[in-house]
Amino acid sequence: MSAVIESHHDDDHHHGPDKGLMRWVLTTNHKDIGTLYLWFSFSMFLIGGCMALVIRAELFQPGLQLVVPEFFNQMTTMHGLIMVFGAVMPAFVGLANWLVPMMIGAPDMALPRMNNYSFWILPFAFAMLLSTLFMEGGAPNFGWTFYAPLSTEYAPPSVTFFIFAVHLMGISSIMGSINVVVTILNLRAPGMRLMDMPLFVWTWLITAYLLIAVMPVLAGVVTMMLMDIHFGTAFFNAGGGGDPVLFQHVFWFFGHPEVYIMILPAFGVVSAIIPTFARKKLFGYDSMVYATASIAFLSFIVWAHHMFTVGMPIAGELYFMYATMLIAVPTGVKVFNWVATMWQGSMTFETPMLFAIAFVILFTIGGLSGLMLAIVPADFQYHDTYFVVAHFHYVLVPGSIFSIMAAAYYWLPKWTGNMYDETLGKTHFWLSFVGVNVTFFPQHFIGLAGMPRRYPDYALQFADWNMVSSVGAFIFGFSQLLFLFIVIKCVMGGKKATDEVWDGAEGLEWTIASPAPYHTFSTPPALPERAMA
Amino acid sequence: MAGTEKRHQSRNGYMVGLKWLIAAIAVGSSWSVLADWSALNMTQGVTEISREVYDLHMLIFGICVLIGIIVFGIMIWSMLVHRKSLGHEPATFSHNTKLEYAWTIIPIFILIGMAVPATSTLRDMYDSSNADIDIEVRGYQWKWQYTYLNDDPAQEVKFMSSLLTPPDEFYNRAPKREHYLSDVDNPLVIPINKRVRFLITSNDVIHSWWVPDFAVKKDAIPGFVHESWAVVEEPGIYRGKCTELCGKDHGFMPIVVKAVEQQEYESWLAMKQQEAKDVYETVGKTWSMAELMETGEQVYIQHCATCHQINGEGIPPAFPSLVGQGLAVGDLDGHVDIVVNGKAGSAMQAFAAQLNPAEIAAVVTYERNAWGNDVGDLVQPREVNALIVAEE
Repeated sequence: MSAVIESHHDDDHHHGPDKGLMRWVLTTNHKDIGTLYLWFSFSMFLIGGCMALVIRAELFQPGLQLVVPEFFNQMTTMHGLIMVFGAVMPAFVGLANWLVPMMIGAPDMALPRMNNYSFWILPFAFAMLLSTLFMEGGAPNFGWTFYAPLSTEYAPPSVTFFIFAVHLMGISSIMGSINVVVTILNLRAPGMRLMDMPLFVWTWLITAYLLIAVMPVLAGVVTMMLMDIHFGTAFFNAGGGGDPVLFQHVFWFFGHPEVYIMILPAFGVVSAIIPTFARKKLFGYDSMVYATASIAFLSFIVWAHHMFTVGMPIAGELYFMYATMLIAVPTGVKVFNWVATMWQGSMTFETPMLFAIAFVILFTIGGLSGLMLAIVPADFQYHDTYFVVAHFHYVLVPGSIFSIMAAAYYWLPKWTGNMYDETLGKTHFWLSFVGVNVTFFPQHFIGLAGMPRRYPDYALQFADWNMVSSVGAFIFGFSQLLFLFIVIKCVMGGKKATDEVWDGAEGLEWTIASPAPYHTFSTPPALPERAMA
Repeated sequence: MAGTEKRHQSRNGYMVGLKWLIAAIAVGSSWSVLADWSALNMTQGVTEISREVYDLHMLIFGICVLIGIIVFGIMIWSMLVHRKSLGHEPATFSHNTKLEYAWTIIPIFILIGMAVPATSTLRDMYDSSNADIDIEVRGYQWKWQYTYLNDDPAQEVKFMSSLLTPPDEFYNRAPKREHYLSDVDNPLVIPINKRVRFLITSNDVIHSWWVPDFAVKKDAIPGFVHESWAVVEEPGIYRGKCTELCGKDHGFMPIVVKAVEQQEYESWLAMKQQEAKDVYETVGKTWSMAELMETGEQVYIQHCATCHQINGEGIPPAFPSLVGQGLAVGDLDGHVDIVVNGKAGSAMQAFAAQLNPAEIAAVVTYERNAWGNDVGDLVQPREVNALIVAEE
């Protein structure tokens, strides 16, 4: 460590970004790479969103009006894949890039060149995935969960491109998360203990371990598919002595931690924002850390609750039911802590706070429906219906995505040096809030009344609520263009932000200038006296 | 002075809070009066198990709503009262060990309260012993096959059940009738008050057999046979759906179960057994071209047109065209073979399991002589039968 500091040249301090396009291609600066990740994520969010709107437009009325069932299945599949791997995950990696070094007082990520690679793999991976839409036989059409044998023996030829795209995304994620772990464990400002770290850093540290643990499992399962399709193996083919259910076990062993990968950093974001605008310290910091770790641990031992209908023996069903219900305990602790942080605070409701509060309420609704889904006998009625669609969209859209938007509004002034337009921000919030609930709340009803998911067309009794849901989806979808406008406007100019930006904000990132200089903390900051009382 | 002012302000805050709460309750209750619950909630169904499941669902839903009201109530109250704009000063606490223990331990007891009834219901559902009737349910892309198992194979009844709604209705060329996408040509018929066991499996990809009124949902997985059961208490028609994505027509393979009195069931079963015998006899006779073409067209529309399309042109490359190319205008033996045995690694199924020899002969003849194909030859049911028997 000391060798690194000694070899450091002073003239580096004042060098800024390169000019032109090559700045972005060659950059190893965590802020540039964070920006790249965030813009990439937003563009994928719009593409995946357009696919969602194709789905909702087709479901506006019974009958097949716009697309044929083959294409409808491609849309549901690609929408899921792009939102999970292209929008939500890269957005959190972008936030980690921007914020982790600034929050722990590090000059950059620990492995800057690898950081560049892990971003630049992504555009190629998604170009490959999206190109399947134009191939003979069409894009992957077997759902984002790609259950075998629909995704092997019965898959379109483009499945091979899908497999390689998934491999690339996995490599990118693994490199990115190694970087986060190494940065957090090695580059904290002198004197910052693990239990002094902001919760966002904690949640990302745990998320990074989850990623390192499960992305290889995903790579394994797609490789087994590849072997089945091209090299005559029969891992998932019952006719060759294989087992289609094995696919689901391996997939969900990746898949369940994956859903927590998409929510744990959101917990970190919200735990930063609520105390700021309540002007009150986060309630129960230690229990927040332990709850996050517990949720991460439990995520490895509950995977088969996605598979209650595959015919597991009763002992298996009971075990996975009990283990799943247990997750409610640490998750409840988190929600109660946020509420207790707000309680007796002195709250103001700027846009980030609005998104954060909406996160707590709507994520909790998604959590409660998740608890209902854990109850095996009831799950037989809920499984693979719109009730499930409503559940996971509640935790992912007003959950993960609202937290990403909250983070964008909260830290934009630090990133750009300008305040965003508060009136437009609040308008964006209310449109999104109304849109998201009008879209997804009725889907609980449609599901309970008996409409299965991934249906391009439906019986007449589901017509009313599907129409309402589609209207909501268009309100939500188009209001994101307003978000784009607000961000661009903020980048271009606006009221100058102070260094502290928000009056209740705590953390090292608020001690540096706004906009954050290209290089920060080239010398480690002196920490204020122990944050933890 | 400052003290009174603060008290005054927080009193103001409480008043604002109360007004909002009253407004929210008013809106909420008027909403519930307007709602049509049957379109919003799970069915109670027609079996003891389905009612147990419904009660369990309502219990857990009630607990979740209660938790929601308490947590959101506190949050909303706090948002209305603890605001800077009302002059509320922030408190400084950030820990409360007793409270934190309480909200870790109390939820565990609530969860145990949910797990106990869930476990007992699940045990009942998993006890599929002592069945009166065994029916094999086999998923195909995109229809169901029902086999009434019988120790004497000659007495076994087996038929396909597929969507009745014509494409004109879903492509909006004809008005949508009642039971749109929920009706089938041959419903499953079962007697009431008998323990019917379903042995669920699949011929190709994974499907899932779901009848909400019985609270039965089980994945149909190739290579596995899963059990489920129901004792239906009321005669009636119960509709269900496939709930595992199984390809293009996942949304177009409904389930219809007709529950009837024991007597009616027996006469229906006898009729089906007679039908099977009749078919057996027709296989022996010599069919004319016109007979084969007529039957062939019906069979084609019911079993082939979803993939190869009404006009025979298919949806290449997944579903090849049969017009003027390939086996349909080529080698007759090869043509019969692909219909009988299917094609490995493709969606083309082995139809020997689904169609009788007369139907296979008819549809092959039809494909060779329809849509401008004019091969002119035909195949007799007895030839197809001989092939199938030889292969067995």
